[in-house]
Amino acid sequence: MTNTALDLLPSLLGTAWLLPLLSFAVIVFFGPRLGKHGVLGGYVAAAAILGSFILSVVSLGIWIGNTDQPEHHTAAHAPPGQHALAAEQAVGIPGVRLVAQQAEEHAAPAAESHGTTHNAGEHHAAEHGHHEKVSISGIWYTVSPPGLPVMGIGYYIDALTVLMFTMVTLIATCIHFYAMGYMHDELHDITDHEVTLSNGQHLHRRGRYYRFFQYLSLFCFSMLGLVIAGNVLMVFVFWELVGICSYFLIGFYIERKSASTAANKAFIVNRVGDFGFIIGLMALWGSLGTFNFGDTVDPQTGQVTAEGIFTQVRHPERNGQLVVPPGMVAAANPEGVRAVLADHTDDDGTIREEDARSEVASLTAHDGDWRQKEGTPHGYWLLIVAGLGVFCGCVGKSAQFPLHTWLPDAMEGPTPVSALVHSATMVAAGVYLVGRFFPAFTPEVLLVIAFIGGITLFMAATIAITATDIKRVLAYSTVSQLGYMMLALGIGGWLAGLFHLVTHAFFKSLLFLCSGSVIHAVHTNEMTQMGGLRHKMPITAYTMLVGCLAIAGAPLLSGFYSKDYIIAHSMLFADTNPSYAFFFYVAASGAAITAFYMFRLWYMTFAGTPRDKHRYDHAHESPRVMTVPLIILAFFAITAAWNVPGFLPGIGGWGVEPLLEQAHPLTVHQGAGSGVLVAVTHPAEHESHARFGLAATLVASGTALGGFILATLMYGLRAINAEDARRQFAPVYTFLRNKWYFDELYDAVFVKPTLFIARCVSAFDRKVIDGFIDGCALWTVKLSRWNDLFDRGFVDGIVNLVGGWTYDIASRIRGVQTGNLRQYVLFIVVGTVVLFVLVSFYTSSFASR
Amino acid sequence: MNLLTEPVGVAHYMAVGAVLFVCGAVCMATKRNALGILMGIELVLNGANVNFVAFSSRYLQADPNRALGLDGQLISLFVIVLAAAEAAVALAIALNFYNNFSTIDVDQADELQG
Repeated sequence: MTNTALDLLPSLLGTAWLLPLLSFAVIVFFGPRLGKHGVLGGYVAAAAILGSFILSVVSLGIWIGNTDQPEHHTAAHAPPGQHALAAEQAVGIPGVRLVAQQAEEHAAPAAESHGTTHNAGEHHAAEHGHHEKVSISGIWYTVSPPGLPVMGIGYYIDALTVLMFTMVTLIATCIHFYAMGYMHDELHDITDHEVTLSNGQHLHRRGRYYRFFQYLSLFCFSMLGLVIAGNVLMVFVFWELVGICSYFLIGFYIERKSASTAANKAFIVNRVGDFGFIIGLMALWGSLGTFNFGDTVDPQTGQVTAEGIFTQVRHPERNGQLVVPPGMVAAANPEGVRAVLADHTDDDGTIREEDARSEVASLTAHDGDWRQKEGTPHGYWLLIVAGLGVFCGCVGKSAQFPLHTWLPDAMEGPTPVSALVHSATMVAAGVYLVGRFFPAFTPEVLLVIAFIGGITLFMAATIAITATDIKRVLAYSTVSQLGYMMLALGIGGWLAGLFHLVTHAFFKSLLFLCSGSVIHAVHTNEMTQMGGLRHKMPITAYTMLVGCLAIAGAPLLSGFYSKDYIIAHSMLFADTNPSYAFFFYVAASGAAITAFYMFRLWYMTFAGTPRDKHRYDHAHESPRVMTVPLIILAFFAITAAWNVPGFLPGIGGWGVEPLLEQAHPLTVHQGAGSGVLVAVTHPAEHESHARFGLAATLVASGTALGGFILATLMYGLRAINAEDARRQFAPVYTFLRNKWYFDELYDAVFVKPTLFIARCVSAFDRKVIDGFIDGCALWTVKLSRWNDLFDRGFVDGIVNLVGGWTYDIASRIRGVQTGNLRQYVLFIVVGTVVLFVLVSFYTSSFASR
Repeated sequence: MNLLTEPVGVAHYMAVGAVLFVCGAVCMATKRNALGILMGIELVLNGANVNFVAFSSRYLQADPNRALGLDGQLISLFVIVLAAAEAAVALAIALNFYNNFSTIDVDQADELQG
């Protein structure tokens, strides 16, 4: 393995990460001066993200050229001893560590490890011991003072990082160029017809073209930072940054009440999830003393100075099996750990708590009573809290079941934002984090993730059936597909979930951009006012058809493969754990509903006859700056799952799927293990395709075809009257139309009580506190009046009296001043003489005589 | 003590100075002409000057060490300079007064009366 080229990756990806920040800074400081109405701002932002994209592609090339291609699981039955030794090497570059871990127990002889099968996980580990995960981690800038746990701005780069970088920058580049066309109106002054001022006129404001690109750049920077982050805290920081960008962009038309409300809603709902995230972070920091994903390596010696989260939770010496890290055990069972430490260090009873923390790290490989009690590991609940906490954040960001309500409202933002932030990248960040954090999730947490994902998937899909706002259909579709990913990750389908994340990003951003193109043409979101538009805007219509086919899972398109993987794995999961067959049913029905609502959308928009003649007549195909990104994205919506040069997944070559295969956390190949608190066993993922590949393809295609046929009958051929169906299922329709009454429920449970409490507090404020303050003020005024009287009567009286006297005396004796010079002289002389006489009289001798 | 029988000493000079002073004061008090008053002032000042010079002369003193030395002359010179300056100012006032009232009768100058 050549390492020199891989050592370039941190710099390359770091530059790609910082370019949008540079663009943001330029636009922030010089925005209005960048050409007329800031028109150059768009070019600056697009150039920056294009640069990032090129750097990402270069990185991807370096990665592919310098890492071993993973053998595909279908051909993966090499003798276990072949790759027996775990290669763990540190490169002598400061802060950079290249780790190649093999899921083989390196102390034990290969034959023995093959022969003893403690559980499913280890068995598969032995069978597929060739799996190799390459990761580069390090720290660019250390924040913590020396001597304390290392904390800083770091990076953790594996195939997933590089893949996400390429995906995000590619989509962002397309969307930047698209937005130049879409936001064209903002280049001059705008009259917003959706905002009526108090004087009855529409709002007239200046265009905010450059500001839009400023936020987009900040978003790209934050998103890339989230992907490259080397520790959970950094993830959290950029997590919040993408959140605030989302807030800015949803509220771009801030004067519209709906937009500002939606922005607030998105931000507040995300806070709920982030609160859980913070709890998870506290659980991690308090017990493990680190946030880093990868290990910290001393640049001089190449020794590991601090183990990262992944190593602590799945230590290579323990064959990558989930184990409660000693730090968490110490938190739950301090006596036990102290006892073991006393044994190990011969340091009779003088071990201090902080020493125990560092000493205990050397105990990772040791088992014993100190680690567990009656089969339940000490500190296991802490691991669950950490996992659930982190997942809580993902629930908020990825709009999962209890916190999904913000995403459809977020469609108030401009459509390029919906495409970039609220479908392809930011909302996928939750899924990405679950994937990144996967090794630290216990089976119990994974089960929660799967249930949340399953519920979200089904619920959002059903709501999408009845929605008529074209962007809301897509929004619910996004929620539903994110549920798919969560479901896949939750049942241990790591590759399936993240594969779907990537393919979904392409076709969903395509679908959003197409809908934006339609909205741009007809100036309405309501599908009930569209129809027949394929004659007017063919490029949009047929690229959107590609998107629909991809999301519905038409064979050979990208969505087909990723959905196939998910359904195959859900079948395997149901086969291993028959009591959790729910996941399979929900995934399969979700596929049918997805196909149905997507084609309903397409037929209502592009097929049939125009419902609104006026809007139809004014519709036109979008300019080339908008259609070219559509075509590029359509290309990727078809081919994202294909491999080069092997063409199709599962055959070989390079592509998304082999890259993900390479980024697998160690555990996935072996299955995530069995739960301690609940009876659930996670089967190894690669088994699913071997055992259920064909069945899954049939199920997925069959259900999707069913949905497609139903949609065609109802909306394409109109063989079934949609009105009749609606009347037939009126209660269901109302239920779905009102989005399962989630907004109403939250309104009743959270908003109303909050407002009630707020009103009570406000009443208390106004009655009691204001009353008290008003009373004080009243008394002050009264006191002041008295004081005033005293001042004016007494103090002023004395002063005036003195003044009056002075005046009287002065006016009486003024006559002395005659103005006659000679008289004055006389006075002076006489006065002097009199004084002289008097003085003489009292001092000279003749007077005393 | 009879001044006419005594040898000339400080007392005689003081008598001359006193006469000058009184003449000046009377002149100031009786003259209505502003220039006359100025002359009176000069007399008063010079009366004082005579005294200073007399006090400073060691020949007039029984005990020469009690004489003021050159201090008296110096003070006199200051007084003369002062008188000159004062006369210049006073003449300017008189001129202005004449411009405004076409007279230099100080009895007419009672604008500042209380």
